[in-house]
Amino acid sequence: MINVVFFAALREQLDCESLTIDSNELNTVADVINQLSARNEQWQQKLNSASLLSAVNHDMVDKSHPVKAGDEVAFFPPVTGG
Amino acid sequence: MTSEISIQHQDFALADEVALLEKDNATDGAVVTFTGRVRNNNNDTEVSTLTLEHYPGMTEKSLAKIIATAKERWDIGRVKVIHRIGALTVGEQIVFVGVTSKHRKDAFAANEFIMDYLKVQAPFWKKEQSDKGEQWLDAKHSDEAKAQQWS
Repeated sequence: MINVVFFAALREQLDCESLTIDSNELNTVADVINQLSARNEQWQQKLNSASLLSAVNHDMVDKSHPVKAGDEVAFFPPVTGG
Repeated sequence: MTSEISIQHQDFALADEVALLEKDNATDGAVVTFTGRVRNNNNDTEVSTLTLEHYPGMTEKSLAKIIATAKERWDIGRVKVIHRIGALTVGEQIVFVGVTSKHRKDAFAANEFIMDYLKVQAPFWKKEQSDKGEQWLDAKHSDEAKAQQWS
């Protein structure tokens, strides 16, 4: 299984803080996005936003980064701290 | 040694942080600190409160990487980064970066570098409560451009 977490505006837009998905047939972050996008139009639109950032196991990565069972994959909008 | 990174709800005191950076530290003649506070106005909006959300675990990891990079790049001694989370009102302190070094040049540069990268890489998000309601702040292109100047 892969644990997927969402933050800030994205979490509110999807009304979802976290979920788990079966890691079978998921090789990259892009695969995770594609699978979740199939849920409905809102997920499709928000997860394919050009500004969407992703992290795997707490490191910022691009969409081609590999994923495997046990990973934590995070999606969030551009950061605004400081 | 105290931790270099603190993510906390409570406020901090500049004098206490400077004292920790200086304690038993006779080699570093330079101490540079930056404090960020909540402004009362953002994009012509009267701000009343900011709420800071973060990604526990990734926040600490990303800040540790930024600090490690700063230490490779400049000859610096101690570093302290504090970032507050939760609800903050106008005038309250949000962020602190303190860096010590033998000489001021490295301390100034490393402090600015850490702050610039924190802005674009550390997973914090601000939600603004204002006279116009509640909204998540958009990232600024100028912050991204500022961080890229170091590469």
